[in-house]
Amino acid sequence: MDRRDFLGAGAAVVAAGWSGGCARSRATVPPGELLSTGHALGHGLRDGGLPAPGESRKVRVAIVGAGVSGLSAAWRLRRAGFEDFEILELEGRPGGNARSGANDVSPYPWGAHYIPLPTREARATRLLLAELGVLRGDPDDPTPRFDERALCQAPQDRHFRLGTWEEGLVPLAGRTKAETDEWHRFHDRMQAFKAMRGRDGRRAFAIPVDFSSRDPALAALDRVTMREWLLAEGFRSEAVHWLVNYACRDDYGCAHRDVSAWAGIHYFASRDAQARDADPEAVLTWPDGIGFVVRGMVERLGLRATPDALVYRVEEGPREARLGVYLAREKRSVEIRAEHVVWAAPLGFLARAHADPSPGKEAGGEVSLSGLARAWTYAPWLTANLTLSEPPYVHHGAPLSWDNVIVDSDSLGYVVATHQGVATRPGPTVLTWYLPLSGGSPAEGRQRLLSATREQWAGAALADLAKPHPEIGSITKRIDVFANGHAMVRPVPGLIWGEARRNLLARRGRVHLAHADASGISIFEEANDRGVQAAEAVLAALGERGQSVRWAGS
Amino acid sequence: MAAAPGAAVLPPSEVLNRALLASVFVIAACGLVYELIAAAASTYLLGDSITQFSVVIGVYLAAMGVGSWASRHVVSGIVSRFIDIELMIAVVGGFSAALMFLSFAWMGTGFRVVLYGLVVLVGILVGLEIPLVMRILKERLGFRDLVAQVLTFDYLGALAVSIAFPLLLAPRLGLIRTAFLFGILNAVVALWAVWLFRAQLRRPVAAASRCAAVLVALVAGFVSAENLTRLAEDQIYADQIVHAETSRGQRIVLTRWRDDLRLYLNGNLQFSSLDEYRYHEALVHPGLAAAPHARRALVLGGGDGLALREVLRYPQIESVTLVDLDPAITRLFADAPPLRALNADSLNSPKVTVVNADAFVWLEQSRDQFDFVVVDFPDPSNHSLGKLYTASFYAMLKRRLSARGMAVIQSTSPLYARRSFWCVVTTLESVGFEATPYHALVPSFGEWGFIIASNAPYAPPERYPFGLRFVTPEIHPALFRFPKDMARVPAEVNRLNNQALVGYFESEWRRGPSE
Repeated sequence: MDRRDFLGAGAAVVAAGWSGGCARSRATVPPGELLSTGHALGHGLRDGGLPAPGESRKVRVAIVGAGVSGLSAAWRLRRAGFEDFEILELEGRPGGNARSGANDVSPYPWGAHYIPLPTREARATRLLLAELGVLRGDPDDPTPRFDERALCQAPQDRHFRLGTWEEGLVPLAGRTKAETDEWHRFHDRMQAFKAMRGRDGRRAFAIPVDFSSRDPALAALDRVTMREWLLAEGFRSEAVHWLVNYACRDDYGCAHRDVSAWAGIHYFASRDAQARDADPEAVLTWPDGIGFVVRGMVERLGLRATPDALVYRVEEGPREARLGVYLAREKRSVEIRAEHVVWAAPLGFLARAHADPSPGKEAGGEVSLSGLARAWTYAPWLTANLTLSEPPYVHHGAPLSWDNVIVDSDSLGYVVATHQGVATRPGPTVLTWYLPLSGGSPAEGRQRLLSATREQWAGAALADLAKPHPEIGSITKRIDVFANGHAMVRPVPGLIWGEARRNLLARRGRVHLAHADASGISIFEEANDRGVQAAEAVLAALGERGQSVRWAGS
Repeated sequence: MAAAPGAAVLPPSEVLNRALLASVFVIAACGLVYELIAAAASTYLLGDSITQFSVVIGVYLAAMGVGSWASRHVVSGIVSRFIDIELMIAVVGGFSAALMFLSFAWMGTGFRVVLYGLVVLVGILVGLEIPLVMRILKERLGFRDLVAQVLTFDYLGALAVSIAFPLLLAPRLGLIRTAFLFGILNAVVALWAVWLFRAQLRRPVAAASRCAAVLVALVAGFVSAENLTRLAEDQIYADQIVHAETSRGQRIVLTRWRDDLRLYLNGNLQFSSLDEYRYHEALVHPGLAAAPHARRALVLGGGDGLALREVLRYPQIESVTLVDLDPAITRLFADAPPLRALNADSLNSPKVTVVNADAFVWLEQSRDQFDFVVVDFPDPSNHSLGKLYTASFYAMLKRRLSARGMAVIQSTSPLYARRSFWCVVTTLESVGFEATPYHALVPSFGEWGFIIASNAPYAPPERYPFGLRFVTPEIHPALFRFPKDMARVPAEVNRLNNQALVGYFESEWRRGPSE
């Protein structure tokens, strides 16, 4: 954490005390709960001391993780008519980073909350959305139609700066001509990247990452940070740096001085999807973020997961893989023997659970999983859901939007859960406030995340929201807080096109990595495509013939 | 008009005479102006200009007569009395308009007492004043000249003010400020008289300070006239309110002005009882009269029961569901006798089921089918209301409509918000409706637009129900013809994800009719 961030955080907590008013002490922030990932289970994995397996059972395919990638793998297997699989989920319920919650007022997201219009390369995502009725017609249509109710309603976004709300996210109001010109130069540059193809004929920046060009000239962008690249290209204005930094914090949970330039540019240059009846900038969202898609996969496709199941040991044998699984609800362990394992959980868990023959280089020149996994670092996040008795008041400027960004803030602002509703009269609502702890190193961020109480984080959220909404304290009835120490992979320089990931993807065996970690970017389409890819690899290994649902050509 | 030390105690008689005659001019102008202000204010507040003007003028002239008669009782210190009376006129006349408005605002029926009290008082004082001036001048002029000159200036002053009042004073300054202005003139005349006759007065300094005090008060009044007007008018509006409440974030205000009942929601006029029949006949009958098969009807919005009243004219309608967000509105229009008279007690009809719900949400959850739907929502003035005009909403509406069913949508003004109107047409067409637009003139709203949405092409009705005052087979074709200034313009489809209509609507109502 650098000094400025530390002071900022301290100030936020102090301000929270203030915002509570003189009559109320900090202890009287609105009630709520503190949620966290099943880290007790996770720590059990690190500390050992779990009961030995009492029974052993067989399943042809075990899927570890019921987030978007695990559910996508199951969806793909079922699509092929393959039913002999079991999904094991560490948490009490499926969702992973797309987890969501609900109360009397509205469902709301806890993590990822939208999907941009899926590109043609994200064919698996398009197919899934078509099955869920979100994409209408042919999934391969260059400009498909989407369910109007799933498209983010207007107004989509606004930002708060200089005491007023402006439409959109580009903070250009009141800038000099030089600054505005620089913004346009940046925009043109990103458009050029969007249209660019590498020497191998692939798109320079594609979603999924896997379909991007391997052109070394482009991969070289993965060796510098986004901030370094901007400065080297002569982009110095505050507007450009703020927006790029905001984008990096939003999608990667870390600042643009930490993110690789390839990943930073990918944010702006990969989303080229078109749709009938919608802007290219349109996004798909639901009151519970993308919880809708998770529910859709679980309920409508009849997928089931075994909850509170910790996979603490993975042994890859020549004929099968053996999983040591602690079933927390039953307080016992079982051994699951599977022909194949789809690993749809973070790579770090696999590295710890996997029984490598030996650390260091293996005979084939391969590096051990635990050695590889060190290249993956994770961003700590804090999410607060504030339940309000009425929507925030619009004093002046742009009206309440779905995404409401506060420019002068460490937070990303908030999204409005009831925005996608169709009620005419404004009523109670839920705001989801996002704070990536991107100030210092991830370890420092985690320390900060876990050392503060729910009341302190609730106070910090109120203090931040009081900048545009002085009345927020009096209309907030409840604040639930979720501290996620390892929310998403950080695409720092060298991760996406470096040696570690190349070695990881080259790995062959009975454990197939499906998590978005394999892409280095934690977004829905990556998780979905990785899950589908792993499932198709399993199907091929099992001798099931069938056509891939993934993108096949340019 | 400086007098050298040791010079005559009186100014040169020629100068004095002219000064006195000039003050006659001012006094006459002031006298008439108060009369005009009283008449205009009472017309403004009570209506009926002929009655107000003739009664005010009659009472005023009679009061002047009383004043003139009373002048005989002033025997000594004429100049001093003249100055006092002048100051009294300045105060009473200067504050008269403000007093009238405020008393109307707060006292209601007591207003007439204040009005005629003021008219009588000013009349008496002005009636006193002219004889006193004549008596002051009597010393210096022969009777023939006296009468000729005083009356000449009296009439000239009246002429000047009677021309200036309607052309300049009332429109530019308003009644309250005009009264203060002339009060100030009266006070200036008084001050001038103190100066001219300072040698005759026993205590000229005291008289001058009285004048100054009156002047200060009047100038203050003149400056703060704006606040007085607002204060009075706020109170006037409040007194007219028959019913006001806030329900579910909506401000409901019902006003009555004589026989005109008006409903305002959040300050926007919903109907005026004088011409609402035009709106509601046009809304319901071109569609429903052309759907003789209709048995089940739905009204979305329209909690005032007025569209419902028109729907219930059709005996074949077996059931009507009315969905309005606000229970306060439906309760008010089901309970209050004058409103029940207006909507023919439609909300209490046994055929009617009233549902208080958000129309979009209700329609989404409903599984019923309807043969005729009236969509009577507020104009799309914000993003929330804009949702009720989207392709999503109309697609849902289409699913709730029976095969031969028909819906009619109030769609703002095709004249003032032309692109908005045609945007609704385009949006209806985008979900597969046949859209048949038409329009009608509703004086309270202006030229208003409606759209019939149907699965099959629309055919005009063979007959209309008996007893309609506006829609008839004869005028029917004219409603469906769009003159050039309201003809179709291209517009985007209004969707939840673009809210194009709200943008059109905002810019058009700010600008007015297009070319």
